[in-house]
Amino acid sequence: MEVDQLQRSFLEHSNALFHEGLLDDQFSQLQLLQDESNPDFVVEVVSLFFEDSERLLNDLTTALDEQNVEFKKIDAHVHQLKGSSSSIGAQRVKDTCIAFRNFCDEQNTEACLRCLQQVKQEYLLLKTKLETLFRLEQQIVAAGGATPMLDEFF
Amino acid sequence: MDAAVEKIHVLAVDDNIIDRKIVERLLKNSSCEVTTAENAERALEYLGLIDKNQGSGNYNRASKVNMIITDYCMPGMTGYELLKKIKESSHMKDVPVVIMSSENVPTRINECLEEGAEMFMIKPLKYSDVKKLRCHLLQQYSG
Repeated sequence: MEVDQLQRSFLEHSNALFHEGLLDDQFSQLQLLQDESNPDFVVEVVSLFFEDSERLLNDLTTALDEQNVEFKKIDAHVHQLKGSSSSIGAQRVKDTCIAFRNFCDEQNTEACLRCLQQVKQEYLLLKTKLETLFRLEQQIVAAGGATPMLDEFF
Repeated sequence: MDAAVEKIHVLAVDDNIIDRKIVERLLKNSSCEVTTAENAERALEYLGLIDKNQGSGNYNRASKVNMIITDYCMPGMTGYELLKKIKESSHMKDVPVVIMSSENVPTRINECLEEGAEMFMIKPLKYSDVKKLRCHLLQQYSG
């Protein structure tokens, strides 16, 4: 595939992520931190986010499965997830976490379980789309091109 | 001719690995030297403020730190408690301490500022926040 085509795909894909609210401006801030001396910064941070989130989602699943649900512990996990998702610009994941915390405050197990499902879905959706984006980026670089900067098109 | 601007050495404290990485990059891209700590206890050890580690080696290291930036919500000792410990110490009390938090809670902000925090910043941090911080610090040093 030509570099042009790849770059167009990349931009379309990237724009969709922002327009659909999966990503917010904080993700753009991360892209600003990437340069020649740190060419993989975004991928590195997002990979850390994936690892950390999966661990937290597992912990949340276990915690909500307990006989006596410890809402304080659950809230602590969701707080962490909210923080990380906010830091990388994962807007929809973050917003779901905010709702999740409210239900923790109310000690509403049913609603918390529903939120957990939703967070998992949002997370998986984001992960899939970001992985596609990173693959496109790799292909562009392999074909000798440069990753288009979003700023050029706004 | 002006002397070369010395690198500002920052100790960044945050229990969240993603936030640590981002803060580190933000600061390094702004020409700061950065040391990170994953909790307040490690930070205090680094600064030589924990009893068991009060060797002259640590004092020397700590004296090179120009600023401490710490998350507020951390398991164990909070950023606020870390701030207090730093302000209570004879050799670190004049080092500016910046508190970060994802939550905009006025009472929390006031409590930190009253305890001597230089600034309170809302996470997630951006480039513009670090620029503001740097200007603020440089003003202090040249003043």
